[in-house]
Amino acid sequence: MPDIMMNGAAGRDHVGELCLSGKGVTKVYGMGARRTVAVDHVDFEFRKGEVISIVGESGSGKTTLVKMLLALTSVTEGDIYFMGGKRDITTRQKKHDYWRGIQAIFQDPFSSYNIFHKIDAVLLDCINMRGGKGFSKEKKTEMMSEACKFVNLEFKELTNKYPFELSGGQMQRLMIARIFLLQPRILLADEPTSMIDACSRATILDMLLNLRAEIGMTIIFVTHDIGLAYYVSDTVYIMERGRFVEFGGADDVILRPSAEYTRRLIQDVPKIHEPWDFTKRSPRAVLT
Amino acid sequence: MRNTLRQVSRSANFMIGFVTVMLILLMVGIYPLFNPGSPLDMIGLGTFFKPGTYISMYDAVETATAYTLRIDDAAAKRVAAKLPMADRESMKRWLIAYGIAEDAIHTDDLNDLLNLWNNTYDESARPAGLTSAFRKSVARIDAALEGLLEPLDVRVYTTSPETGETRETARIKDNQFINVSEVVNTRRLWLGTDNFGRDAFKELLAATGVSLKIGLIAGVIATALGLMLGLLSGFVGGIVDDIIMFFANLFTVIPGFVLLILISYSIGQEQRGATVVAAVIGCTSWVWTTRSVRAQTLSLRNRDHVNLSRLSGHTLPRILVTDILPYIASYVVMALILQICSGILAEAQLSMLGLGPKTTETPTLGLMMFWGMTYAAHQNGAWWAYFPVILMIALVSFSMNLMNTGLDQVFNPQLRS
Ligand SMILES: Nc1ncnc2c1ncn2[C@@H]1O[C@H](COP(=O)(O)OP(=O)(O)OP(=O)(O)O)[C@@H](O)[C@H]1O
Ligand SMILES: [Mg+2]
Repeated sequence: MPDIMMNGAAGRDHVGELCLSGKGVTKVYGMGARRTVAVDHVDFEFRKGEVISIVGESGSGKTTLVKMLLALTSVTEGDIYFMGGKRDITTRQKKHDYWRGIQAIFQDPFSSYNIFHKIDAVLLDCINMRGGKGFSKEKKTEMMSEACKFVNLEFKELTNKYPFELSGGQMQRLMIARIFLLQPRILLADEPTSMIDACSRATILDMLLNLRAEIGMTIIFVTHDIGLAYYVSDTVYIMERGRFVEFGGADDVILRPSAEYTRRLIQDVPKIHEPWDFTKRSPRAVLT
Repeated sequence: MRNTLRQVSRSANFMIGFVTVMLILLMVGIYPLFNPGSPLDMIGLGTFFKPGTYISMYDAVETATAYTLRIDDAAAKRVAAKLPMADRESMKRWLIAYGIAEDAIHTDDLNDLLNLWNNTYDESARPAGLTSAFRKSVARIDAALEGLLEPLDVRVYTTSPETGETRETARIKDNQFINVSEVVNTRRLWLGTDNFGRDAFKELLAATGVSLKIGLIAGVIATALGLMLGLLSGFVGGIVDDIIMFFANLFTVIPGFVLLILISYSIGQEQRGATVVAAVIGCTSWVWTTRSVRAQTLSLRNRDHVNLSRLSGHTLPRILVTDILPYIASYVVMALILQICSGILAEAQLSMLGLGPKTTETPTLGLMMFWGMTYAAHQNGAWWAYFPVILMIALVSFSMNLMNTGLDQVFNPQLRS
């Protein structure tokens, strides 16, 4: 098993080692009149075993940061450090190794699948990536069944099906099964529940947190919903127009916000049960 | 996939276009079996023979059995054929000048006209108001009428090569017939012959086949080039994109057809086979496929399934082939059909300018037009030498566009979703 703390509760104390950090990370799209600074010199330190939330409005640059962290897009300026050293993704092999350690779940489950491929292909890819290419067919099936069972899906019912035969919630659960098979050290979840109906949303979140408890990994959770961030995370980064305006422990940031932007975000949280009372629930409850 | 095929097969537009193209191909393939020989054989000694069935005159006399049939209007028809309307009008004019009332002359009723004529005509008469030239031409008509109403037998004489003696071998009466199916040598020339005396219908089918082949080669080359460059340009981006787009812009600024003319001209007549021309057309028309494939790839590149595929460690070629290509496949098929169609048209245009494939080896639709134009087929009234060619080009490009419209209707809602 990886050298990651198996217990989420430890994260809150900021005792974990650094697993992913950045200095002056910047992304500029386009040039001339169309120049957009999507991410503007951000510094961050993500620690092992934590659940970190990145909260910001639409267009604040969250997805762009995630793409840079995933090495899916180039970094215009600044450095990213991974597991203690400077991230090296200069060759294909090194990139491949990097992606073994860091994986993602995206916002829209419907566009996360290649509609021409059967579902099995997605899971088989994961087994292959973890060096299971030579495994017997039975062993592979067993691994896939186990992964499906973890997200409350029946592999027998899914095998040989195409993505469009699944519901959005099922698709997103299968994405979690994918992570279960890959066992990365860091998971970047870019608004994984925003396209899902409210019922499935809680299930998906719980499964993510269960998975973290199961295989032990750092979760970087991107959302525009600060209430959700408070519900799941140890540390919160608040992003406004490409910059981190505030960060710290979830309680500190949300209960005692210092930035004006954070206060506005908190006010925007839809309040169904007035008054919104942050002290009533405990994020730890979901982990047990 | 199967679902899409079913939808495509239900599209009336697509099916009409598809069936038409298939029928044309079938004709192109099958006709030579019934009518073997090179389509470029110059069978007619002369230019622009009319469409119809040609029966060997020699065989009709020498080998076919003669049957006697009594057919009442046979004589009348024969007279009518020998006495065209213009001649009848001349006769009428003479009669009027001679003093016959106009309403007593019936040019439609041949018997009546001939009776009147035989009773009235006098070669020595000089009716007022008629030139002597006209009177001479009327006299000629009168001479031709001799024996028209009581026909003489046609006698056939043969000279023996040994004795040099000439004797009558056949005597053909006016009521003798032959059965066309018993004539050994007949030739159906559906569209007559062209200026070289080639069977125009056979040539048309062969030319259609060659033109389709040229279109196919040009289309495949253009689409393959466009697809590869577009995928690379769109997906890899950066300097690769810049270089490819530079050339694409270059090709846009210089009109493709001008380039085509220049290249064809510099290759020279001798080297220009059908395949070479097709390749040249293909290499000058990849630009718009590249552009649109690039645009589609750009929009697909940022889709999450592509990102996930990269995160799963797939290589660039694999991502292009499995994650991008299937999404634009329907579009590429449509582009291919259009490219085939425009390849055929480009060949026709080139050939009209005399820059098409080498003329002595292959028939193409463009070359048929070229020769028809050069020999002034339209001024000679030889519609069969050029009109069917225009029709064939129109038919092919119309049915291909119809196929495309059908495909568009099927695929577009899917692309939009
Ligand atoms: N490929 C791109 N090319 C140019 N500009 C881009 C590109 N992707 C994003 N941007 C710009 O960068 C900025 C940040 O976009 P980003 O997608 O990171 O926001 P986000 O925080 O994820 O928003 P959302 O909550 O809506 O997902 C936006 O202004 C966007 O217009
Ligand atoms: Mg986003």
